[in-house]
Order: sequence, then C-alpha cells, then structure tokens
Amino acid sequence: MIRVLISLTWLLASVSVAASQDVQSILQTHAEEVAKPSRKSVSVVLDDLVASGLPQAPEFLEQWAERNVWRNNATGLFVIVTEEGDDLTFRDIDSGETGTASEDGFTQLRPNGGVRRVIGTALVQFQLSDPDPARRQSALDSIARRGEASQLEPLVASLAGEDDPALRARKEQLITFLTARFGEDTDARVAAIESLSADTSVEARAVLSQILSANAGVATDTPEGNIARILDPMEDPTASYGQLVDAGLAPPIVPVGAVRSALEANIVDGRVGGVPLAQLGDQDMRNMAYGALAADGTVPPLVTQDDITVALENAVFFERYSEEDTTVTDAARATLDAIETRVGLEQTFDLALDGLSLASIYFLAAIGLAITFGQMGVINMAHGEFIMMGAYTGYVVQLFVPDYTVSLLVALPLAFAVTFGAGVAMERLVIRHLYHRPLETLLATFGISIALQQIAKNIFGTQARPLTSPDWLGGALVISDNIQISYIRIAIFVFALLFLCLLLFILNRTRLGLEVRAVNQNPGMAASMGINPDRINMMTFGLGSGIAGVAGVGIGLYAQVTSEMGANYIVQSFMTVVVGGVGSVFGTLAGAGLIGFLQKGIEWLNPSNTLAAQTYMILFIILFIQFRPKGIVAPKGRAAAD
Amino acid sequence: MTSLLEMSGISKNFDGFQAISNLSLQIGEPELRAVIGPNGAGKTTFMDIITGKTKPDEGSIRFGEDSRSLIGMSESEIARLGIGRKFQKPTVFEAQTVRENLAMALKNPRGPFSVLFYKKTREGAARLEEIAEEINLTDHLARPAGELSHGQKQWLEIGMLLAQSPRLLLVDEPAAGMTAHEREHTTDILKKAAETRAVIVVEHDMEFVRRLNCKVTVLHEGSVLAEGSLDHVTKNKTVVDVYLGRSDAGD
Amino acid sequence: MTKEHTPRTSFVARNPSVLYLLMALGLFTAVVAVLSEATGVGLISTSFVKTLGKTLCLCLIAIAMDVVWGYCGILSLGHFAFFGIGGYAIGMWLMYARTEIIVAESLAGQVIPPTPQEISDAIGNQIFGVVGSSEFPLIWAFADSLFIQLAFVVLVPGLLALIFGWLAFRSRVTGVYLSILTQAMTLALSLYLFQNDSGLRGNNGLSGLQNVPGLADSGQDVVSLAFFLASALALALGYLLFAWITDSKLGNIIQAIRDDESRVRFLGYHVESYKLFVFTITAIVAGIAGALYYPQAGIINPAEIAPIASIYLAVWVAIGGRGRLYGAVIGAALVSLLSSWFTGGGAPSINLGFYTIQWVDWWLVLLGGTFVLVTLFAPKGIGGLFDKLVRKS
Repeated sequence: MIRVLISLTWLLASVSVAASQDVQSILQTHAEEVAKPSRKSVSVVLDDLVASGLPQAPEFLEQWAERNVWRNNATGLFVIVTEEGDDLTFRDIDSGETGTASEDGFTQLRPNGGVRRVIGTALVQFQLSDPDPARRQSALDSIARRGEASQLEPLVASLAGEDDPALRARKEQLITFLTARFGEDTDARVAAIESLSADTSVEARAVLSQILSANAGVATDTPEGNIARILDPMEDPTASYGQLVDAGLAPPIVPVGAVRSALEANIVDGRVGGVPLAQLGDQDMRNMAYGALAADGTVPPLVTQDDITVALENAVFFERYSEEDTTVTDAARATLDAIETRVGLEQTFDLALDGLSLASIYFLAAIGLAITFGQMGVINMAHGEFIMMGAYTGYVVQLFVPDYTVSLLVALPLAFAVTFGAGVAMERLVIRHLYHRPLETLLATFGISIALQQIAKNIFGTQARPLTSPDWLGGALVISDNIQISYIRIAIFVFALLFLCLLLFILNRTRLGLEVRAVNQNPGMAASMGINPDRINMMTFGLGSGIAGVAGVGIGLYAQVTSEMGANYIVQSFMTVVVGGVGSVFGTLAGAGLIGFLQKGIEWLNPSNTLAAQTYMILFIILFIQFRPKGIVAPKGRAAAD
Repeated sequence: MTSLLEMSGISKNFDGFQAISNLSLQIGEPELRAVIGPNGAGKTTFMDIITGKTKPDEGSIRFGEDSRSLIGMSESEIARLGIGRKFQKPTVFEAQTVRENLAMALKNPRGPFSVLFYKKTREGAARLEEIAEEINLTDHLARPAGELSHGQKQWLEIGMLLAQSPRLLLVDEPAAGMTAHEREHTTDILKKAAETRAVIVVEHDMEFVRRLNCKVTVLHEGSVLAEGSLDHVTKNKTVVDVYLGRSDAGD
Repeated sequence: MTKEHTPRTSFVARNPSVLYLLMALGLFTAVVAVLSEATGVGLISTSFVKTLGKTLCLCLIAIAMDVVWGYCGILSLGHFAFFGIGGYAIGMWLMYARTEIIVAESLAGQVIPPTPQEISDAIGNQIFGVVGSSEFPLIWAFADSLFIQLAFVVLVPGLLALIFGWLAFRSRVTGVYLSILTQAMTLALSLYLFQNDSGLRGNNGLSGLQNVPGLADSGQDVVSLAFFLASALALALGYLLFAWITDSKLGNIIQAIRDDESRVRFLGYHVESYKLFVFTITAIVAGIAGALYYPQAGIINPAEIAPIASIYLAVWVAIGGRGRLYGAVIGAALVSLLSSWFTGGGAPSINLGFYTIQWVDWWLVLLGGTFVLVTLFAPKGIGGLFDKLVRKS
C-alpha cells in the first residue's frame, strides 16, 4: 500500500520527464556537470534526477556525496565503487551488477563541500518519501537543523503521501516554519507566522528569531531599510564608539600605552613636545605634550572625551532587519512577543516546580529538627550529622547490595534504625542532663557534631561518595520545552509528602503522638497520668533523629555524600523551623515552602550568582523574624505571650 | 482621695478565650486594695495589662494627674512612670547579693550610660539600709539572694518594689508559702506602704485579705463582680456562689 | 557574712583577678619579648611569637564573647563576623599601601613619570586582577588612609552590631532564636564575601598582610614582636574595660537580664538598650581584636568568618568558664594553643596495636568529646575549678 502511494507520488512528480529512463542515461546527458560539479552547475543534474523519480537516484546521490562514485575513463560511465587497496569493486548504478577492476582507468569524483550540501538537500527530498519511517525522520531532522527555501516544495509534496501521524504532524510543523521564513508571498508568510503564536517550543522561537535577525549598524543620516530600532549610544559609549571606528566614521582612540610609547619615542633633549620629562607625571601636561606631537603630525591626534561625545551625538545607531518586508517582521515581532509571554508563564510554572522540589528537600532536612526543637525545645546541632549518617548508611548498603532499587529499600529502614539508635543514645547520655538549659544543649550537641563529622571523615575520607539512584529514577519528565522536572526531584517531593502524612499520623493518631504532645504541653501533668516523660522524650528524640537519617538517604540521592553535608543543611534547617513557627509540622512545611520558593525566585532574578541569592535569602529571613518572631504558624494562646 | 489609676472598658481575648471583658476599675492614692477571684478570673491578665506585658483589645487605662494613657507603652516605661510589680513566684536575681538586688531597684536614672557611670551615693546607701530594715534583711545584705529562704525572697522582692518608690504597687500573692509569723510581717509592710501610695494585692488567702482590712474587688470571668469591704462582698450571694463557695475546694 | 560592709572598696580589691591577670600578662609579655629573635636571643622563633600574638587576640575576642554571653546571656554565634570585619578593614589599608609601594618601585624605572591615574590603575590591577577586575570598588575609597581604615575597624563592626542588634532586640528575639539569627548574620556575610564581585577579592581574601608598609626595613622578627606587644596591650586594656563594665552597676543589670529579662523590665530598665550596648561594645572590641590578629596571620578570607568560627569561640569561653573574664582568657589560650599543637603534628601519635591514633585526624573528636564532658560535668568550665581552689585555700 505504501509503495503504491509512494510510486503514485513519484509519478505525479515526474510528469515532466515522460520517458522512463535510467540514472546512467541522465548522468550521461550531463556528464560534464557530474564529473566536475560546481554548486551552480550541479542543480541541472539534480533537478533531472529528482524529476525522474527513479528508485536508484537516492542511492546514487548518497554515494556521490560520499565520494564513492568513480568514472570509467574509457567508457565515460559512472559506477559506484568500493576501494580495496589498489583494486576497486564496482557496481553498476542501475542494475546493481558488480565486478572488480584495477584503480587505473577510473577517476574518482570529488564533489566539494558546497556541492555535497546541495546534493544533501536534493537527497532529503527523496528521503522525505522514503518507505523507511526512520529515514523520513532523519530527513525531517536535517530540515529542522538547517532549513532552506528549497526544502519547502518537496516537503509540501511529500505531505500527501505521509501516513504516519507523528511524522505528518512534524511535516506540517516544518512546513509552517519554512513558510514563515521562505514563503512565496507576504500573506502566506504572515499567516504561517501568526499560526505559531501558540507554539512555545524552542524551534518556533528560533524560527521567529531568525526572521527577526538584525544587524547593528551606524550611519551619519537616517538609515534606510527595515529598521528594528534606533539605539542610544550612551548606554555603552565605548562599544558604540568602537562601531563608529569600525565603520570608518571616526578616528580610533589612542590607548594610554600608545600615548606613553609615542611620548617615549619622541624625547628631544629631555623634553617631549616642549614639555620637560619631569612634568609628564601630570595628565594635563602629558596631554599638552602629546597634542604638540600630534600638531606636528608625528602621531595620530588624541581623541578626547569631548570628541567621542560629539561623534556619538552626530551618528545614528540602529539595528536593521535582514528581512526587508516590514509586514513580515511586524507580524513576527508581535507573535514572538505573544509567545514570550506564554514562555514566561511556562517558565514561572517551571520555577514553581523547582521551588517545590527545593522546598521538599528543606522540609526533609528540617522536619526531624522541628520535632526535637519544636516538641522538646532541644536544639540539636548534630542534626545535620544525623542526615549525614543516614546518607552514609545508604552508601554502605550499596557496597553490599548491588541492585540499586533493593539497596534503596534496605537503606531507608536501616538508616532510620541507625540514626534512631544514635539519637536515643545521645538523648540518654547527654541531652537528658541538659533539659531546661537550651543554650548548653546547643553547645553540647555542637561538640557531638564536630566529633561525628571528624569520625566520618576518618572513616570515609574527604572525597564525596556516590549514592546512586536506581535507573528508573534517572531522566526527567518533559512537559514542554520550558517545563521539565527530573524524576529524582519528583521522587523527593513524593517522599517528603509521604513523610508529612506519616508524621501527622504518628503525632495526631497514635498513642505515642498523644503522649508526645501531652509531655510537651505539661510534663508534670502527663507524668501524673502515668506517662513516663523520660521514655517519651527518648522516643521523640529517636524519632526526630531517625527521620533525619531517612531524609539523609533522600538527600544523598541527589546531592553528594560528604562528611560535611550535614553542616550545609543545619543553618538552613534551623531557619526553616524558625521561619515556619516552632512546634508545628505545618509550620515547618510553610517555612520550607517559603524558603524554597523564595530562594528559587531570587536565583531567577540573579541567575549568575547563587551565593548572592543565598545571602539575600538569609537577609530576608533575618528581617522576616523581626516582623514575625514566632514564625508563620505562630503558637497560639496565653503561653505564646510569654 | 484622687484617682491614680483608672481602667475602663478593658477587654482581652486570647484566641477565643475571653480573659478580661469590659473591666473597669479605679484606684486612689493612697489606697490599699485587695483583688480576689477564683482561678481563671483574669487576675494575672489584669496585672499583665496594667504593666504593659499584654496589650488589651479595647478599653483605656489612665494613670496619674495628667491621665496618661498606658496603652502602647513598654513595660519599662510603665515601670519608670511609677508602677511596680511583684510576681506570684518570687523572682529575685539569685546570683547577685541582696544589696545588689535592692540597688538595682533603687529609684535612679535607668539609661545604660548613667548606670555605667553610676557612683554610689550616701543617700542611696541610707535608703537601702532603711528598706533592708523594713523587710528584715539587714543581716543578709551581702548574701547572694539565691541563699535566702522562700519567705525572705518574697520580702526581698517587696523590698525591691519599695526601692523603686512607685506610686502604684501591684502585688501578686505576697503571702504564698509563708509561715504565719512571716505573713504578719508582710501585712505590716504592705499596710505601711499603702499609707503613702496605692497598693493592689491579688490574693487567694481570705485570712490574709481580712487582715489587710481594706476595700476588696472580686473578679469573675474577667470583670468586676462586686466591690466593697470584705464583709460586704462576702454577703453578696453571687460572690458566695462563684467564689467563696468553692474556695475551700480551691487552692 | 560580715554585717559591716565597706561601700567604697577599691576596684582592684573587688576584682583581684584583674591584678593577677595583668601581672601574669606583663610577665609573659616580657619573657617572650626578651627571648624572641628580635632581641637576638632567639629562643622563641618568630613564627611562634606570631602564634602567641594571635592567641592574645583570640583571648581578647573571647573576653568580649564572655561579656555578651557569660554576663548578658546573649549566646551570639556571630561575633567572629565582627572580628573578620576588623581584619578586612585594616587588611585593605595594608594591602593597598603595600601594593602602592610595589607599583611605585616598578614604575620608577620608566622614562616618563607615571600619572596618578596610571598608578591607580596599576594598583587596581595588582589587587583585583585575581578576580578579573582592575577597578576599585566603592568600599576601597578610603583604603589609602590608615587613619580612616583604623576608624572603620571600630565603626563598621559597631554600626553593624548596632543595626543588627536594634532589629533583633527590638522584636524581642531571645535565646536560641537569637543565636540562630546571629549565626545567619555571619553566614550571610561570609557568603557575600565569597563572591568575586564583593569588592574584597572573593575567596582569595586579602593577603600579604604581614608586610607592614613603612616597616619594610625592619625584619619580620621586629614586626611580629611589635604586633605581639600591641596585642598584649590591647588584651590588657580590653580586660580592664570589661572588668570595669562588669563591676559597675551596669554589670549587675546585664547579669540580671541574663537571669530574668522580664523582671528587669518591670524594674523600669529598658532591657533592649542594655543588650544593644553590650552587643555593640563587644562587637567593637572583636573588631579591634581582628584588626590585630590578621596582620599576624598574614591572610584573611571569607572562610575565617564562617559560622563554625563563632561556635568555636563559644566553645573556648565555655571550656574556660562563663561569667568570669579570666576563664575566657584561659579557655581561648588553652584550646587554641592545644589545637595548633595537635593539628600541627606536635602531639605524638598513639599506637594501639591495631590502630594508630594520628592526632591530626582525631583532635576534633577529642575536642568535641571534651566539650560535651565539660558542658555536662563542669558547666562552669576551668574557671569554675579555679574558683573552687581559690575558695578552699
């Protein structure tokens, strides 16, 4: 069926060549052009070949472009050749019969780069209707890479025979692109341009940008042509003056070094231009000396700041479209503006997704802290090191379990167990003795923090250890050219969400949660009701630490595992908890959200500089705490007044 | 007797809990006043509002001859204006000596630089001795306040109040945890103080209130339930219902 | 428990530690000066004189920290920021003035005398070439004036502390919140300075600070001894200043604020002003300490003011003993000297048979562990043990 359709198309395309020929005879008709092709002359051959619609034509073109076509010096016939040492295996273009011969007596055809490109374009026209969809695809890719006016017609012609919906859509899209750029008349082009207004792909924008490509120019008078805009030279006087110099409209600035060497070269009796050497340390005297030299014609005149200003004021700086049709450029400009608005929206959405994943990470890092700090009032400076312990647990598990999916499933509970244990041990040995002395807890846990960090460094070394994520977490979810999000970040988000639910469940729906809240609110009362506050404190601290460990596995998947990774998160985590409001899971969520989105927002405003973004972020937090010292979700009631 | 403190229409709501509602109260100078009420009647909030710790939702508080509004002033400004407060739990600076505690309270310029360059004066020392005498702590001036007994700490705190020379004293449960003998002395101190200034005593202990022998204001659910002599209010049926009837069971 | 008290005892009688410390410091200084290379004896190497001088500067910031934390109860985790600012302020002048001399020397050989603009460009190129710039940022406007930069050593930390403290204390941020906020401040500052366009050479920092312009003829032995003596003098004056402040009635008030802030408010004191005063004056002293420290260290970069440095400061004070100035001195001197002994490879490794403890690797573990133990079992630090001994005798 396909073949029938294709041959039908070919028949339609080849009505001009009535007689059925073979490739060789066409080539012989234009033997000189084939043997010594130039970019201009070769088109005759190509036109006839294309018109013939012969199935051997594309193969010949391919071989020709790859310099595998030789000419028999005796017969003048063209053959396709495979070289083997001095011998040639040749093949007839039409029949495909093969034979061997010595190299002598054959001449290799060597089309130059320009010719090969023209051949390639002609080839694309064949490939566009090739029965193999993969070849059609590659032809389309080549058009997309380098669109040319000549491709438009064959592309339109090939559309009718296209039965693959995806390729058909692609062809239509490329037709629109090519029409927009190379269409016959203004109306068709404007129509094509306007039809792009909903297309936010990079390609569509590139097409419009190409239509709108403009060159900077400078003139002494009002410039002619399709002017994109008039520039203000004062925005960058140096560059603008450079343009003037390049255009030959102004003398070049004499560099300071050149002035100096000119002066040095013209010392006469300890004077330059009449000025004693000793006085040349003064800028005015130096100018005077140089001016004297310039007046003699010894050196080019000095261009002063005033000269530059006058020159800039008397010239017109502009950008001129390469496209001469104003209607087309106007339409393209309007469409591009419309697209850019859409792109802006999409980028905002993408930024929001970025912010969301960053917020998830902050949430993961901070939530364990929110429990120990919020519920127990304990400042755990070693929290970051628990995150690190979790990440290293993941790394060690991967050393023993090579399957990354399995090792991840093993690592998560194991990390919880390890850090839960560490947390309980720390609570029993240290923190228990320091309740109600929060500043001292801060310092003691800091001591533990530096010790743990150094121990990790001693065990695992200073270089970063990889925590490889399973293959199914590689790659990214691509929604459009502007919106894509990597699976690992989605996973972290889902992970954070699960965590949130789990935590809310534990705190609000379980006996442990009830007891935790009771002890938090009134330890004395809780104790009198048979709750052992000691045990609850231990469990709460273990829980907070365990969560840090699990978060460590999550964070380790996308960041590098080093002994200092915890330290990178600790200040941020504290801010998250404090900004959000101490003692509330939702507060931490709000804090993580605020900090995550804000940091992404600031990075977007100043993308070159993440350090500055962090600086401004922290300044913002400092100011924020001024106005809401209790955080976003402030504790309520009379207790809050204290 | 002119009015020193005038509260009118004060209300305060803590996230749905109406701690004070439309409370109005006047104190003259000099005057001794006892404020009583069951738990949760708003006694502490009442003092918090006067001293600037808590901002009322509505109402006005005016103080002194020129009727200055206290709302919006900071705690320290109100204190400098002449309102002293003693907390329920004795809060003295335990790391410092009794003398230092009293010296900090003495009425003197309160700015950091005048304090930094402060020189002890003969008058100051004399006033300090006088107060120490009054609160029975002359022998303990050089001791760290943390070493004092509970009752002595209460006295020290009252002494610090007196040293501030305030025009209005707010005293929260001064007799809590004191022996009978100590209570008697406390009553004397308060009565003496009230000869020259306004003193508001918040108290649970009826016996102690009776001994103060002064006008009583009964608070209930954040507003004034009754006012008058102790005998007068104890005859009031509502008062008996809401407070006195439960006072045996209460703390 | 004498009933008869003497209201007008002398300052020294009330603070015997001041006398002992000053005497010890004087003796120590004299011994180091005599044994240093500058006098020709050379028993103490120049580099060790520098280490000792730097230690004295650390002692100075430690007593400042003790006043703000041990006396006033504000656990500032940001005082090293002020230390660093002091270092940067003096470092700018040192670097500018020295580069100016070098540039002048290199331009002197030229036939045509250089214009001021050429000199300035050459200096800018020398200093900022490393961050791909040659223009002087605005903050270097006064780098040529020693006097103004010295004023900055005091003014910039003071002003920063004043603004930051005003904001923080005004909204009654206290306790650990304040600690975290101060930590955020120093983190923000160090992150800012890490940028190449911060105007202070990014992570390269300022270097060559040990070369003091105008003293090029005297060797490093003399220069370091001079800085050592200056540090000792600064420590002595700082100690006197803080001893006087803590001994005054203001000392009573700030300790009262530490113990019960709201009670002090009800006494009529504007607590915020007191905190602000203490925060600012300690920041200024920290700045001065930094300005003396970095010329001895030779280099300053943003890593110096990372939050961890300020936490170490708290560690020194805690180990030395809070609330007693000499405790801070002991803590800072002991821990920082031990630290350089251990990490410098001075401490012998311990062979356990199956494992050899290299102190370079294990010193931080030891320090962290010690710190936990001190917090748990000796909350008053070494100074507290000292007090017990004195009381017994």
